[in-house]
Order: sequence, then C-alpha cells, then structure tokens
Amino acid sequence: MERRAYYRNKTLPWLLIAPQLLLVFVFFYWPTAQALYWAVTLEQPWGGGNAFVGFDNFMLLFADSRYWATVFRSGIYAVLATGLSMAGALTLALFADRQLKGTRLFQSVYIWPYAIAAPAAGVAFRFMFSPQAGLVGMINQVWPGIWDPSVIGWQALLMVIVCHAWLGIGYNFVFFLAALQMIPRTISEAGAMDGARPLQRMLDLQLPLIAPTTFFLLIINLISSFTDSFGLIDTMTEGGPVGATELMVYKIYFDGFKGLDYSGAAAQSIVLMVLVIALTFIQFKWVERRIHYT
Amino acid sequence: MIERSPVFDAVSYLLMAIGLLLVLLPFWVVFIGATLNLQEVGQVPLQLWPSGHLLENLQAAWTRAELGPKLVNSLIVSIGVTVGKIVIASLSAFSIVFFHYRARMFFFWMIFITLMLPLEVRIVPTYAIAANALAPLQSILDVTGLTGLVQQLSGVQLALNWNLLNTYEGMILPLIATATGTFLYRQFFMTVPDELVEASKMDGSGPMQFFVDVLIPLSRSNMLALATIMFVYSWNQYLWPLLVTTDREHFGTVVMQLKALVPAQNGTPDWNVTMAGALIIMLPPLLVVAFMQRWFVRGLITRDK
Repeated sequence: MERRAYYRNKTLPWLLIAPQLLLVFVFFYWPTAQALYWAVTLEQPWGGGNAFVGFDNFMLLFADSRYWATVFRSGIYAVLATGLSMAGALTLALFADRQLKGTRLFQSVYIWPYAIAAPAAGVAFRFMFSPQAGLVGMINQVWPGIWDPSVIGWQALLMVIVCHAWLGIGYNFVFFLAALQMIPRTISEAGAMDGARPLQRMLDLQLPLIAPTTFFLLIINLISSFTDSFGLIDTMTEGGPVGATELMVYKIYFDGFKGLDYSGAAAQSIVLMVLVIALTFIQFKWVERRIHYT
Repeated sequence: MIERSPVFDAVSYLLMAIGLLLVLLPFWVVFIGATLNLQEVGQVPLQLWPSGHLLENLQAAWTRAELGPKLVNSLIVSIGVTVGKIVIASLSAFSIVFFHYRARMFFFWMIFITLMLPLEVRIVPTYAIAANALAPLQSILDVTGLTGLVQQLSGVQLALNWNLLNTYEGMILPLIATATGTFLYRQFFMTVPDELVEASKMDGSGPMQFFVDVLIPLSRSNMLALATIMFVYSWNQYLWPLLVTTDREHFGTVVMQLKALVPAQNGTPDWNVTMAGALIIMLPPLLVVAFMQRWFVRGLITRDK
C-alpha cells in the first residue's frame, strides 16, 4: 500500500531510524560478519592475528562424527518437540473453538506456558522427572532403576523435549485458535447441512482451511527448537549424560566459551545460521504460493 | 454451535479438561512443591495437595538465591528493554511509513533480515562486541586510514573502547533492536488514513508534532500489546545475561539464579526451596500474561502475520 500523504524532510527520517540501524549494525551485522571471518580463519598459536584457512574449519567440523551426532540429535529434538507441541495445541484449539460454555476459562489457562522462562520450566520438569522424587519417579517403585535421566541418555533427551513442547503450547494455541476463528461460520454450517458431523468437519473442513497457519507455525517451531534450547539444556542436563542432550546451540556455547575454540564455534554458528535462513526462505517461498483455500 | 451433539460435547469437555490438567500440572507441581517441607517433598508418590510451609520455603529461596537484588536487576533490564524496543520500533516505523526517501526500503530490509540472525547463532562474536562496543568503529577507522592520520597529526593513538560487560547497557542494548516491533508499528501506521496526515499538515503541525499528538495516542493499544510481549521476552532472557555478566552478584537476574537453586547431585534434595524460588521467578511474567491477555494475544498474532 502506498501512501499519498508524506512528510518531506531531508534529515529527519534518517535521524529517526538511526538508533535502530546503529543497534542492528553493531549487534547483528558486525557479529555475523565476524563469525564469517572467524569461520574461514584460524588464530595463530603464537599470536600474530588470524591466518586465512579457507574452508578448513568446516572440513574439520564435517569430518567430526561427534558433530554429526549433535546435528542428528538436534534434528530429532526439533521434529519431536515441534510435533508434540503443535499436535497438542491443535487438539486443544479445535475443541476450544467449539465455544462450549466455559471455554474462555480453558483458553486463558492454555496460554500460560508462554509466560514461563525456559530455565524455570526446566527446573520444574527436572523435579517432576527426577528418579528420586515422587512423580515420574514413582515408576521406579515398581521397576527399580528403570527411570533415571541423569544416567540414561534417551530419557534425558525425552525429558527436555517434553519440556520444550510444553513451553510452546501457549504460543501455538493462540495462533491455531485465531486461525480457526477466522473460518467463516457459514462454511461449517454448510458442512453440517451436508450431514458432516463435528469431528468430520474438524478433519475435512477446519484442518485444510488453517493449513497456512499450520505451515507458518511449523517453520517457527522448527527454528525455535533449533535455536532456543539453551535455557533448557543448561538447567536440566548440561548436555549430559555423556553428551546425550548436547544440541547444536549448546555445543556452540560450549566450544566457544569453555573450549575457547572461536573458529570452530564460528563455523558451527554459520551452519546453524544457514539452517535458520533456509527454513525462513522456505517459509517465504510457500507463503508466496499460499497454501490457501479461501 | 451448529447442531446439538451431547455426546461429542462431553468428549470435547473431557479432552479440554485433560489438556487443562497437562498444561497446569507443572504449575501445580511448582506450587505444591513450594508448600512442602523437606520430608514431604521427598515422598514417593508426591502428595498433590498443599501443605503449610510456603512462607518458610519462599524465605529460604529468597535468601539462598539473593532474590531481592536480583529482582531489581530483572526489573531494570526488562523495563529497559521493553521501553527501548517500543521507542526504537515506533520511531523507525514512523520514518519508514510517513517519509518518502529512497533508502527506506533498504532500511526496512536491513531490519527485517535480523529476524534470521537470532542471538543464539551469533553468541560468540556478539560477546566480543559487548567487550568493546566501539570495535566496529575502530576497525572502520583503521581500514580507512583515519587512525594513522590522527596519530600523525596529533600524536594520539586512537583506541576506542566501550566495555559493555557487567553493565546494564550491555544487558539491555543488544536486545533492543527489534524487527518484530517495527513490523507491528509499521502495520498499524499503514492503516492510518492519509486524510489524518493531510489534516494535520493543514493545521500547520510538523512531522514530530503529528507523531506525538496523533500517532502515539492512536497506537496505544498497539503499544500495550508490544509491551506485554516484550516484557515477558526480556524477563525470561537467559543466555545473554549469562554471558555479559561475570559479576553475578551485582548484575545477575532472577532467571539466572534458577540453576543455583537446584539441589546438588549428592546434596540435600530440598526441591521445596527450588520450587519456591521458581514460583517467585515465574510469577511476574505469568501475571502480566494472565491480566493483559487481550492485548497480549492481539500483539502476538498481528506481529507475526
């Protein structure tokens, strides 16, 4: 949309946008450029600045089976956390959209998890899943030693995934519900006239009609599960046991700040960045084409 | 509701109730855990009704994690980030929407692309920037030869240094730049009718007066929406404050204290104190979301679409 009425001023618009541009330049573009620079150079052991090494850092990274394990693990994490959170939120939204009496109360509570800091949820879930404490730990009374996320890797990963999915429910629910409420009532009524029962209408009318939102959420959730896991991992498992919950972000943090391997961490950052950019790009490609039925 | 379907309604209620339990369970566990004493919290199975030790647990968590000063820090940072984001976002959107100049689309894209560069993927170099926020300027001066020039002329070696580590600026500034906030304002500004601009011009007011007297009052609900989201966002920050504050005692935020509250592997399993701490820490954003729900939902939906 183009405006007809503008203000004309040579300097004012630049001054107005300058603070934002300055912040964006200093804290986004400069560090990104720096990451690119570090990724293709290596700091010399005896000082003397960085030497250009081309793609060596990436080659080293891609030859490391431990890194691939981390990537693979992050993929599983992303798919499961996204799937679990979206399926849960979608189910809740489909039923909350039926506007039965008292639904509003349910709706407000479903949003709450959005407010919670990842580390706070992490601590709460750690207690809930603790093998000694009395919630999930109850199972150990029946089969001693069967549940212990501090020793058994897949259980630790599962615990973090469940927590991540729980945290995302509020956000996903808000979007699903808004999309469902945008569907014109007449369409559902027409479906009912044709003899479609409520459940059938959910599957055959509502689900296809909210496909654009579902796709949008899918990408957002995938990106967030690739990038937002730090707070959970750090408070719940610190990457353990034996690296079973070491995800890409955590490894970047660990290699960069604990291992002080800037070049390696930078190369990993670039890989993650490419992943995020690719996902965003897919989203825009598809939004252009619009999986739209209305 | 279109037709009567009592059975399906019952199923709906059942599913919604199960969902409610699953969503509430962690909140409930935190609350219950915070009311138990050491012996009760260690019981298997966990008791699911409150006991009477809430106050002493809150007190224990408060002193153990030094939550008083940390809460002040959290408040300073999250209010700083929220206000900063609103100011910066509204000003840049104003510049992009209401002025006609060639670079505006370029600027818009420059802000937009930052969406693809979340903090997590650029933590290490951003940390380096925080150690000296003027490094980019220094490099530009070095490359363009200005440093050498100045040195020759005045004999002063230019070494710009602005350390943001362990400062509130360092915790706030990198979080202020906001693509989402700018979109939210841009989208709203685009719906402001041209006639308003023309009328205000005819009354002889300049752009800034139009911004202050017309746009800001008009965008109040927008501002509330953005403020609720951003408050929650900044209160819950973890990775960035963890990096820029080595001096936890003076600059730590409450969210950073959670890890310190978790019982050690072989220590006393006093999860009741942990849960009391978690309760204090998660309460402010939860209250904001619960009470500002209308604004919050609207802001969330319009900003990302």
